[in-house]
Order: sequence, then structure tokens, then C-alpha cells
Amino acid sequence: MEIPSATQATDAPVVRLDGLTRHFGERTVLRGITLDVTAGQTLAVLGRNGAGKSTLLRILATLLRPHEGAVKLFGEPLPREGWKVRGRVGLLGHEPLLYRDLTGRENLVYHARLHRVVPGRVDELLDTVGMRERAEDPVRSLSRGMVQRLTIARAVLHAPELLLLDEPRSNLDPAAGELVEPLIGRAAGVTRVLTSHDPQAALAEADLVLALAGGRAAYVGPPSGLDSDTLRGLYA
Amino acid sequence: MRTAAAILRKDLVLELRTLETVPSMALLSVVTFVIFHFALNRNSLSGQVAAGVFTVTLLFAALLAVNRLFVAEREQGGFDAFLLAPVDRTAMLVAKASALLIFMMVLEVIAVPAFALLLAPPRIGHSLPALMLILLLADIAFAVIGTFVSAIAINTRARDLIGPMIGLPLLLPALIATARGIGPLLSPHATGSPPAKWLAVLALYDLLNALLAYGLFDFLVED
Amino acid sequence: MSTHVRHLRGLTIATAATMTAALALVFFYAPLDAEQGFVQKIFYLHVPLAIVSLVGYCLGGVFGIAYLRTGKRVWDMRSYCAIHMSLIFSVAGIIAGSIWAKASWGHWWVWSEPTLVSYLIVILLFCTYQPLRFSIEDPERQARYAAVFAVVCGAFVPVNFIVVRLSVEYVHPRVLNLEGGNLPGSMKLAFYTSLLAFGLLFATLMKYEMLAKETRIETRRLRRSLLGDDAVRPFGRTAAPS
Repeated sequence: MEIPSATQATDAPVVRLDGLTRHFGERTVLRGITLDVTAGQTLAVLGRNGAGKSTLLRILATLLRPHEGAVKLFGEPLPREGWKVRGRVGLLGHEPLLYRDLTGRENLVYHARLHRVVPGRVDELLDTVGMRERAEDPVRSLSRGMVQRLTIARAVLHAPELLLLDEPRSNLDPAAGELVEPLIGRAAGVTRVLTSHDPQAALAEADLVLALAGGRAAYVGPPSGLDSDTLRGLYA
Repeated sequence: MRTAAAILRKDLVLELRTLETVPSMALLSVVTFVIFHFALNRNSLSGQVAAGVFTVTLLFAALLAVNRLFVAEREQGGFDAFLLAPVDRTAMLVAKASALLIFMMVLEVIAVPAFALLLAPPRIGHSLPALMLILLLADIAFAVIGTFVSAIAINTRARDLIGPMIGLPLLLPALIATARGIGPLLSPHATGSPPAKWLAVLALYDLLNALLAYGLFDFLVED
Repeated sequence: MSTHVRHLRGLTIATAATMTAALALVFFYAPLDAEQGFVQKIFYLHVPLAIVSLVGYCLGGVFGIAYLRTGKRVWDMRSYCAIHMSLIFSVAGIIAGSIWAKASWGHWWVWSEPTLVSYLIVILLFCTYQPLRFSIEDPERQARYAAVFAVVCGAFVPVNFIVVRLSVEYVHPRVLNLEGGNLPGSMKLAFYTSLLAFGLLFATLMKYEMLAKETRIETRRLRRSLLGDDAVRPFGRTAAPS
């Protein structure tokens, strides 16, 4: 794989994995993953449930540490320098990470405080995702689609340069999907790593594809190079 | 410390809104006093027995709070949200211990008068300042050890069982000091001055546990 | 070859020799106590067991610190085995202590002897170590949490002794002064030999346990790499390091 020159900081890949391996007890969940993601690229991670997609995302979010191999975010090695880059990463996982008894606004304000973000941004994002009217209702009382919109707002609150999206469009109706597109879609212009249950949709917006099978990289490269047999084999 | 304040504020808002923890603690305390009345078959208690009953009741209430302390974080993803933020991990320890401390102090505002009413220990009014001082130090012990134990327990399978199981022995020196410290204050000839020995023991035990918890907490939340 | 195998044979022989010497000294050399008679000899069992087990608990804490700092699983293994072994020794120790209490004061349990009471509290604390480990499924997290717990408990041991000592108001005539002050020379020799013997026994048994565990892990690893992941059935839940 061609690795861009490291003479200029701006050329350094946002994500660099080199032989990344992670175990769970005796099982190996990820084995020898190696790839680079440069600024502005979108990496699509494909694979069955249990193939290691969520684990990979959690490692990139600095929530899990690599057991073997190297992980570098923005040029900083994890886990040692993870604290430096934490604020530049946004995670949209399976859990909304919202407190059900607090209102949408209170939740976002809490996250804003944790990330040292100006409070004005909370209102701005509430408007963008179309949740302004329901912002004072407890999250408990919101529909799944609304919760997902709030979650997206939460994930991009601190304007991260790297977005980790685990099935971002689940629970969203097409209208809501359009609302959040500028935040988490290609239009956002940030580096993204996304997983999706719909491989075709993921491939459509990817610059780079990682296909995981049993923890190993079955394919790493541009979407055009991924043939349909491999794709079918992944989800068989 | 701003982070710890933000977390504490969030926890206090949640508690005020849901009223899960503190009312249960208060109710439990009052019921426990009634149970002790019947179990010991006495209308009033004094001296060391009174101190023992009160200390044990505080312990029961503290265990309730300890079991609930991290539940919201665990079930609603608060841990991840916290770990994703570029903040010092021990802020969570400070915030949660402060929350537990506040819960205990609010509880005592209800439990001490209830105790005075139901089990009528002598000289309790006279010894109130000293009693409050000892209870403050005891609450710090509950807060620090309780938070530490709760953070361990929340990530285990049998979390309601593990918390009290490992917490009780660790709390024992603090409980000894609390009960022995309060005993002389509730006896008929109490002078109202707190026993220095047990105040010192409590303060030192609090300090030791605070240092240990502060040094080790990172290992409990990081993966 | 595992690091634990080194010196193992020599250690085993030394343990056997010292233990024999200690028993000989206790039964044939040390004089009978004037007041308590033959039963007093349980003291040569109880006190060494107690001392060795308490040191073992503190060692468990020290090994825990080493694990947290280095992340090497061998330290977790050492911490686990030290605490495990100390628990066995201390249960034996407290039974011996109870027998001694019966001989000295006529009751199977006395609250007026602070060392015995503190000893009980410490045992109760460390009884929770294995259930704690068992209740955490992720092995790495299990090791980490166990290490943190071991450190806190290791620090707890001396503190607990001090606090309980302070709480005993009646100073009972202490039969034993652990600083070795009141023992006549012949008793001293028997006592220290016994102490050494139990210390060696502890070290030897610990090494055996670690060796057994490591061998099992190594065997599984080899099978997995030779026969593939599926040939080896997963451990399931376990409290031991794996």
C-alpha cells in the first residue's frame, strides 16, 4: 500500500493501522489489520455481525486499546497519546449515549461541557437536526428517529475531524436522513469510517473499503476492486 | 475540576428529577429504626448500643446508594460518553464521590431527627455538633469507598451482590471508628466533646482511601 | 522452560528438610509451657501460618501493582496465586488460632485478642477476591480489576490491624509478644524454624500452582496453533487467570 510522505503534517494519514490485533480472552477478534485513511476519505467497513467491525470502531475511538500492532490517529500512537486526539474524534455507535430522564437540550449541554464546546453550538445543532421544538422533552418520550437525530447532534457537537459511524442511518426516515447529511455525509468533508448493514449504500459513498471476515482483512482497497463474489462471501 | 462539576450537576439534576435514591435511603433508615425497636425490645437506646444501631442503619442506606451510583452510566452509555471526552478520568471519581457524599448528608438530615424521635438517645441535642463532625468524616469514608466499590461492581455480572460484599470489609475500620466515636456522645453523661482518637482514625482512613482511589481509578474505567 | 521451574526441585527439598527440622524441634526440643501444657504447641503452627499468610496477602498487592504497571499477565498470575495460597494458609491459621484460644482462654473464639479479630476481618475480605474475579468475564478486565482490588486489600491489612488494636479497650495479658521478646531461647529456635519452614512451603506451593496453570495455558495455545481455533473448547467462566 502506498503510504504518503510524512514530510508535511497535512499529508500524514488521519488513520494508520499496522498489523492491528485485538483479542478477547483466547479468541482473536481482529487480526493483522493494516491500512491508511487520508484526510477527507471515507472508509467503509463491511462484514457480518461478529466480524469485528464494532471493535475496530471502538479502538479508533480510543475506547479499546490494541493488543498488538500499531494504531496512529492524526500521527499520534495509541494508546499512549490517545488523550491528545480524543477530542478530535466523534463516535456514533449503537448506543445513543443520552440520559433518558434528561431533556435533549440538557443532554447536549452536558456533552458540550465535557468537550468544552460553547453552549451556542447546542442551539445551532438542535436547529440543524430539526429538534428545536422537542428539545425540552425528556429523551424517554422521544421516538427512535428523534433519538437518532439527537445522537447525531451529540456526535458532531465538538466538530470532530474524524467521524466513526456505526450504522448511522438506522432509524432515520428519508426526510431526517436529508437533514443530517451535511453533518455526517460526504458533504461534511471530514474523514469518516463507517459501517453499514447495507453494503451497496456503504460502497456508494466509500473511497476505501475494508472487508472483515473472522477478524482478518479479506479485502482492503478501493470499492471498484471488490468483486461481487467476495462481497457475497462476506455475508454468507 | 470543571468536568467533575459538570458530572455532579448532571447527577444531581437526575436525582432531583427521578427521586430514586435519597427518598429510598430515608425510608429505609426510618423502617430500620422501627425494626431495631422490636428486635432489641427497647423504647430508648443509649451509649454504645445507640451508636451501633445508628451506624449500621447508615450503612444500610449507604449500600442502597452505592448500588445505584453507576447504574445510569452503565445502562445509558454514560461511561462511553465520558471516555470519549478529552477529560481527566478521575473527574468521574470526584463527581460520583461528591454525589454520594451529598446523598448521605441529606439522608442524615432526616435520619438523625428520626433517630432522636424514635429511639430517644440521651444528650443527642447537646452532642449535635460533635455528632455532625463524626458523621461528616464517616460520610467521606462511605463516599470514597462506596464509589470505588461501585465502579468495580458495575462491570461485573452480579453487581448488586459484589458491591456490598467487597465494600463491607473495606468499610469496617471506618464503621468501628464511627460507632466508637458516637458511643460516648450518646451516653447519659456525655460532655459533648468528640473523642479525638476516633476522629483521627476516621480522618486518616479517609485520606488513605482517597489517595488509593485517586491513584487506581484510571485502571477501572480505561479499557 | 517456564521461569517457575527454575529452583523448584531445590526449593522442594529445602522445604521438606526445614519442615522436618521444625517439627522435630517443636515436639522434641521446645519445652512444655508451664501453664497450658502440650496444647500450647499449636502456637508454633498458628503464628507462622498467620505471619506467612499476611505477608502473602501484601505480596498479592505488590504483584498487583506490578501487573498494573507492566500489563504482563505473569504478574496477574503471581498475584492470584499469592492470594489464593494465603487464603488457604490463613483459613488453616485461624482454625489453629481458635484451638489456641480454647486452650488459653477456654473459648473457641475471643473478641479480646485484637490480632485474632483483625485476622478474621482480613480473611473475610480476601474471601471476596475469587467471587469478584469469577463475576468478570472479560479476562483482561478481570485481571485488571483483580489487581486493583489486590492493591487496596494489601494496603488494608496493616491499617485494619491498627484500627482493631485501637478498639480493644481491655488489655488482655498477651500470651505472645510477636517481637520475640518473651520467648526463651529454645522456644525461639523452634518458632523461627517453623516460620522459615512455612515460608518455604508457601513459596514452593505457589511455584507449583503457577507452573500448573502456565502449563495448561501453554498446552492450549499449542493445540490451538496446531489444530486450529475450533479444536480447543473455550474455558467458559473462570476465576483463575487464563
